[in-house]
Parts: sequence; structure tokens; C-alpha cells
Amino acid sequence: MMSKRKKLGREVAIVGAGMSQFGLFPEKNSKDLFLEAFLEMRDSVDKGVDLKEVEALYLGNFTNDFFTHQAHWGPIISDIIGLAPRPATRTEGACASSALAFREGVFAIASGMYDMVLVGGVEQMSACSTEQVAEGLALGTMPYEALAGFTFPGIFGAVATAYFAAFGASREQLMGVTIKSHNNAPLNPKGQIPLTVRDLMNKKAASFKRKEMSVPSWSDERDFLRDPQVNPMVAWPMHLFDCCPISDGGSCLLLTAADMATQFTDKPLYVAGIGQGSGRGFHASPEITSFEATKYAAQEAYGMSGMSASDIQFAEVHDCFSIAEIIHTEDLGFFAPGQGGHAVNDNLTALDGIMPINTSGGLKCKGHPVGATGTAQMVELWKQLRYEAGERQIPQPDLQIGLAHNLGGTGGTCTVTILERR
Amino acid sequence: METKPFNDHSFYEFIGQQQLMGSKCEDCDTLYCPPRAFCPNCGGTNMAWHQFKGIGNLAAFTCITVCAPQMIALGYGRDNPYCVGVVHLEEGPKIDARILGVNAKKPETIKIGTKMNIQYLEAETENDTSFMGFSPVK
Ligand SMILES: [Zn+2]
Repeated sequence: MMSKRKKLGREVAIVGAGMSQFGLFPEKNSKDLFLEAFLEMRDSVDKGVDLKEVEALYLGNFTNDFFTHQAHWGPIISDIIGLAPRPATRTEGACASSALAFREGVFAIASGMYDMVLVGGVEQMSACSTEQVAEGLALGTMPYEALAGFTFPGIFGAVATAYFAAFGASREQLMGVTIKSHNNAPLNPKGQIPLTVRDLMNKKAASFKRKEMSVPSWSDERDFLRDPQVNPMVAWPMHLFDCCPISDGGSCLLLTAADMATQFTDKPLYVAGIGQGSGRGFHASPEITSFEATKYAAQEAYGMSGMSASDIQFAEVHDCFSIAEIIHTEDLGFFAPGQGGHAVNDNLTALDGIMPINTSGGLKCKGHPVGATGTAQMVELWKQLRYEAGERQIPQPDLQIGLAHNLGGTGGTCTVTILERR
Repeated sequence: METKPFNDHSFYEFIGQQQLMGSKCEDCDTLYCPPRAFCPNCGGTNMAWHQFKGIGNLAAFTCITVCAPQMIALGYGRDNPYCVGVVHLEEGPKIDARILGVNAKKPETIKIGTKMNIQYLEAETENDTSFMGFSPVK
């Protein structure tokens, strides 16, 4: 079915990218968050741009309707950035909402309809209690899952138990993901949790001491993560440090037809491949230790680009939970089934490894304002491929190809995007 | 029973009558549980009700301490986790369900592949959606 190589009608480039600070900002709303990303995007366009030339906005947002009791975010955002009366379209694919916006923007240019469009996403989650956020996010599970009593961490916990049984893995592999993401975290000034696991350990010890409690003598980071007192269970085997936080944030990218790109920058990125897939939920999916929507999206993106997994030099993957990162790196073909966890523990996915994964700190540390995540992953590719990632720059001399993988809900929507610097 | 639509409503109604009912495509013999009215396999709509035995193997599970709201209303919580999972039915389909008769406080003792059979649950609260579960075959 996938043998035909699907191509875009014309090529598309990214000429600007920006994101807001990610974190918890009860004093800010979605308009503030998106504006922050928009202004950074504007300033990132090397040769400048007249934003009156932007012909349309595609905006990803999952469930601000629930979180903020306000829907219809397309025109609201379009208004605050001065785009109205030009068209604004909201896309929803749970946690993959803004990757869908990106895709729609790419298609709009590839079709010849527009030459320049803005794509991005925003989510404001901290206006709600943790329980309300959990309830809002549960709207993104598939039918039957929530009814049976599954929570989001529960779904991924169940994926993990199946993975453990299939491949003889354990929490040791999951801890590797957590430690690796936190190692990258302090290097990202936009991230929500800029701390290593060791930093967290020292902080905890200090707080125990302050409260005149006896400080456990953790021998190392793993020993700390094994301690249920500081890393309590959420949904076996997912513990607190296996789960990404609740976040607020916005992100956006400016797209143009590829033949115009060098008017705006000498370092555009080109869309080499994009793919999208749908999942059927747990009970109907062929394998529990793999997301079929990811595999489908990857096949489409690799097919379009003429590339394979071995051409990809680094990736941002959707690590909403530690087990998810391991499985995605297998589904994307970076590692064989069952090897993803070993790859982490062998440091292959570290910043200086052969296949750096989530150099941004990932959803785990950078934060996961769900609707903003997809395009924020591409902001990281933008920074890395243009050698603008500062302290977390991948130490390789010839970065040209990066991949972003965004997963919505419990695997209902997945996108894969391959970006290239030429 | 033939007149019931092949949808979620009928599925849960049957569960209430202690029957695990799915649909079978009369054209290509594919089984679905929960039922489907349209067969994605062959494109047919020629469905018949099919009763499943309610026997299968545990394919995946989790023990949840940060609980869903409807489960908190049933008294579950940090110190009283519940187990939920996926059961691979003998007839082929996989199904989401509560997992009963296991020690949810000791998840290490629960084993993937355990043979399970269905247990029907009485609704305990108005919002109780847990309907049924599976427990290890004794
Ligand atoms: Zn059929």
C-alpha cells in the first residue's frame, strides 16, 4: 500500500521558529504564551520579514475548551498577532495538535494556495487543578480505555508491563531515559525543569535536612529513583519521574514555499518528509509494545524523503512517559525491537551519543503544553540544525537531518517530520 | 437480541446481563469485541452477534495509585490501588478490563500471560463504569 512514493506538490521551507518559556504561568493566558513564541519567531528570521505577507494561520490546540472554558482559538490568536482578517484554522489531534497544524500549513503551501503561512500551537493547563487536568487529558484516550479505569499514565504503564514481559526489560531501562533527559535539561533555557536527577537528589536531601528528617543515603541517581519516598508510584511501573509535567506554553514556525526561502534566511530548513498515522487504541492494536500509527507515519515520512532510519542524525520523540521514548525509538527504526532501553543505558541516545534523542530535555523536562509540543519539537530541530542550540548543541560537525515524532493521546494520532538543512 | 444495534450501548447492556457479546462478520468471519457494525476487514455490514467465552490471557496491566475520578469514588487511591489491563481473548480480540483477584499493591506478583476469566461487576456508584473484570483462573 505504501509502495508509491508520495511527494509534495512543491517544496516547503521553514524560515523562522520560536517558542515561549515552558512552565507553569498562572498569570499568563494562551494569548500571552503564543505572542511570546510569535515574537521570538519574528526575531529569528535572519533577513527580516513583513508579517503582513503571512497568508494564513494553522494553530494546534488540544483542549483549552476544557482547561480555560474558551474554544475557537484560531481567530483569537490570529487577532492578537495582527493576522485577522486572514484565515485561521485550529487543528486538534490531542498531544499531536500542532504537528497537525504544521502538516496543514505544509499542504497549504505545497498546493500552491499560499506562499507563506504561520503554524504553531498553544496550551494553557495550569489554570486547572491536577485532577481537572487529568480529566481533561482523559478526553484524549480512546473509547473503552477510560471506561475500564485506565488513566494516561496507566495506559503507558500497561504498555511497559507488556514490554518488560516481551523483552525481559525492567525499570532499569526506564530510569535510563529519565536520567538522560534530565542531563540535557539544564542546558535548555526554555525548559520547565532545568535540573539533573542529581540536582533533584541534592535538593531533596537539603529539604529533608531542613525539616530535620533523616536523609536517606542514596548511592546514586538510580538508587534515588528506586526510592518510593521521593519517586512514588503513579501507575505501575510508571513512577513520578517517568511522567512529564503539566505545562503552559506556545510555539510557532514560519513556512514559505522553498523557492522563496533564501529571501528570508541563508539557513532555511527544508521539509524532507512528513507522515501521519492513526491508531485504534490498545485493545484493537496488533501489538501492545509498538504504536502502529507511528510506524505508518514513519513509513510515509521516510518514503517521501527517500531516507531511512539510518539517515536520521538525531530526533525529538514524544516522551510523555519514559517507556514511550523507548518504544518510539524502536518504532522509528533507530533500534531493533527490545533494544531501545539498552540503547539508552549504553548512552547511545545521550547528547554526545551516536543517536541523540530529546536534546531539548524532552517533554519530561522541557515540559508538555500539549497543543504546543509538536511545533516546539521542530523548534529544537531548527536550533540544532542551524547550530544555535548553545550549550546543548549536538557535538557533531555535519548535522543535516533531524526528525520529530509527535504522538497524540494513547497513540490515536502520530506524526513524523523529517527536516533537512541543505 | 438480533435487533440490537452493534454499538457500545448494546455491548454494555449485554455486560449488564452478564454476557460478553461482540459481533462476527458473516462475510469474512472476523470477530469483534466490543462489537462493530461495519467490518474494516472486508467492508461488509453483514454482522451477527457472537458470544465470547470470557476466557483469555493477561496481555498488559497496570496498578493505578493516582486514580481516575470514577475510581476514587469507589474508594481507590494512593494506598488502595486498583489493577486494570488488557486481556487477549481466546477467540482473538483484545479487550480493556479491570483485573480482579490480584494483589494490586504488589504488581511484581502479577504475571503477563496468566489465564483469566471474566467476572461481572455490580455498579457501586452512579458513575461506576467498571462493568466487568477478569480474574486469574483458579
Ligand atoms: Zn468482514
